[in-house]
Amino acid sequence: MSALQTVKFYQTGTFTVGNRLLAPEERSVQANMQRTNSLNSGHRACQGCGEALGARYAIDAAMNATNRQLIAANATGCLEVFSTPYPETSWQIPWIHSLFGNTAAVATGIAAAIKVKKQKGQGQDVCVVAQGGDGGTTDIGFGCLSGMFERNDDVLYICYDNGGYMNTGVQRSSATPSAARTATTMPLGPEPGNPFGQGKFVPAIAMAHEIPYVATATVADLRDLENKVTKAMSLRGARYIHILVPCPLGWGTASHDTIRMARLAKETGIFPVFEAEHGELKSALAIRRPLPVEEYLRPQKRFAHLFGKNPAVETIARIQAQADKNIRRYGLLSKEAA
Amino acid sequence: MLKQCEGSHAVAEAVALCRPEVICAYPISPQTHIVEGIGEMVKSGELKDCEFINVESEFAAMSVAIGSSAAGARTYTATASQGLLYMVEAVYNASGLGLPIVMTVANRAIGAPINIWNDHSDSLSQRDCGWVQLFAETNQEALDLHIQAFKLAEEISLPVMVCMDGFILTHAYERVDMPTQEQVDAFLPPYEPRQVLDVNEPVSIGAMVGPEAFMEVRYLAHAKQMQALERIPQLAAEFKSVFGRESGGLIRSYRTEDAETIVIAMGSVLGTIKDTVDEMREAGHKIGVLGITSFRPFPLVEVAAALKHCKRFVVLEKSLAVGIGGIVATNVRMAVTGMGLKGYTVVAGLGGRAITMKSLTGLFEKAGRDELDPVNFLDLDWKVVNKQLEREREKRRTGPAAEAMLRDVGAVAARNY
Repeated sequence: MSALQTVKFYQTGTFTVGNRLLAPEERSVQANMQRTNSLNSGHRACQGCGEALGARYAIDAAMNATNRQLIAANATGCLEVFSTPYPETSWQIPWIHSLFGNTAAVATGIAAAIKVKKQKGQGQDVCVVAQGGDGGTTDIGFGCLSGMFERNDDVLYICYDNGGYMNTGVQRSSATPSAARTATTMPLGPEPGNPFGQGKFVPAIAMAHEIPYVATATVADLRDLENKVTKAMSLRGARYIHILVPCPLGWGTASHDTIRMARLAKETGIFPVFEAEHGELKSALAIRRPLPVEEYLRPQKRFAHLFGKNPAVETIARIQAQADKNIRRYGLLSKEAA
Repeated sequence: MLKQCEGSHAVAEAVALCRPEVICAYPISPQTHIVEGIGEMVKSGELKDCEFINVESEFAAMSVAIGSSAAGARTYTATASQGLLYMVEAVYNASGLGLPIVMTVANRAIGAPINIWNDHSDSLSQRDCGWVQLFAETNQEALDLHIQAFKLAEEISLPVMVCMDGFILTHAYERVDMPTQEQVDAFLPPYEPRQVLDVNEPVSIGAMVGPEAFMEVRYLAHAKQMQALERIPQLAAEFKSVFGRESGGLIRSYRTEDAETIVIAMGSVLGTIKDTVDEMREAGHKIGVLGITSFRPFPLVEVAAALKHCKRFVVLEKSLAVGIGGIVATNVRMAVTGMGLKGYTVVAGLGGRAITMKSLTGLFEKAGRDELDPVNFLDLDWKVVNKQLEREREKRRTGPAAEAMLRDVGAVAARNY
């Protein structure tokens, strides 16, 4: 099965219409029949899954950038479970799943093997992508991830962050936002939902490792995501891309609202979208029209306890302060907005 | 070539002769010298086409090994004790995926209480993890088993642990016969993976398997170990034809002809047991020894055959199955089911406690008179144990047991071990 199955292209709608207004080279890859379709259709992700969308675009962009010389290592989690229920697989690329917490290390091993084989004249120049959800990245896989960064191994690690352990029934991870309801942070007691903490924003921790490339992206801006993956694949060494992928199940949002939620996360400053090289911030996607965090929180059932008869004004203000801090720290306001 | 060297360095050189392509390791005594030795060879350019990766934990060590092995590289790592326990999830994963990684386990006790000395608790805790486990009696055998291990692992696509006694072997200077590169190349062909991450032929490795096929996939792991059971003696014979010496195999009998008592053990303690048996034979005792080299797969048929004509067996093991007695003994008992033999379990040498010929002689004489208990603890200081038990009966808050018992033993007595 060396020939890749091409995209069966049925979609019509805003993106295709928008594409027609653009120059051909600027058109979204979604409209491209030649896209590699690395994560093939027929997988078992939920309707409106942000992770499936993010992974599809990220891996296709990586395939495109590496002339299809790509191997992927995958952490346990939604992406792994919905793409490879035995004996089916949606992956059209060489792909391995080992454990929940070791994906970065497995990718390191693959990269090492590729390097040796190439030295021996027995192999091609193949690139390695490791991917996992926020649980597999920011919690259980964090040790291996940090080790991979510190050694500057030749791996692009992509984290699909949906803010919790959605595969096991929506439990809290260290990427779960403050005040969010999960199965292990119920909206009860004096501090309902996930307690406020210092946060564990892994892109910033990745920057502290001074690795060649760190970027964040959302599924609201797929072109930006593709560009970042393409850029990452042009570099060697440890690279990290953290993609915000809304989860209709865990967030309590409509499946048709996935893109909207991702865009609201960016436009409110809740999720800063930026690029950094060797530990230094290089650019950020500007917020065109800054919105209050309430616009992002209100449609999500995981924040429903903040609203209703007695709105948790104080809590909402604290979340707003977090977003404001992001805006200041990453310089997110566009000139017109500022 | 004959040379006098430390066990760790002998293994390092043997592994290098196997042309490994990826080596990853995290330092833990007493395995550290092995990977230091290989690291030096990679850094100096003596060992070419090999990536040496310093990882941040044993869990990462085994995970890197999984990645490199799945990408088609001959992969080696080493560990011991807590390190092995820390990587356990990945240890099971490597065998589950059928990746032929070779790993040295420099056998050591497991805490608490923390202890760095030799016993077999670490690898025996992993008896059901799906890896082949071969136990070396001497440094020469440790060296030889590594060369056999790569061949066995890659043929059947299953990982292999080569277990050697921490410190007793790893840190002992012994004479070893180091093979030449030509000999090793003649014995060990290049690695031809059964499954590999290849962009020209993409496959998915590690898919989720539900009840519909999980049993079958697991059975295959068992079937592979049964294949190993056949291949291990063949490999030992092939090894002998190339290298000219006996090493490996499933079991090895020593003076068991007409033996009424057969002592069963694994690893370096076999040397002390054989010396003891030699002396007892001279004194007229009908006693012999059965060394088990392959603990997994466990050679049930061979063990039963070796014990066929004896009256009793004594399993002397450096491990404790808390709550039942012995780990090796339980396996041996399964082998001799229905044979009507008397069997004794002796737990000995835990945490590096010396196993002396004097103690062994007393023990084996007692065994010959059938005066042993079903489960025995060699040289256990009952005074210290009973004192602590009494303390615990009398008082609620007795504090940490290990510290209290050490105090009873006293600094002077502690120096004896």
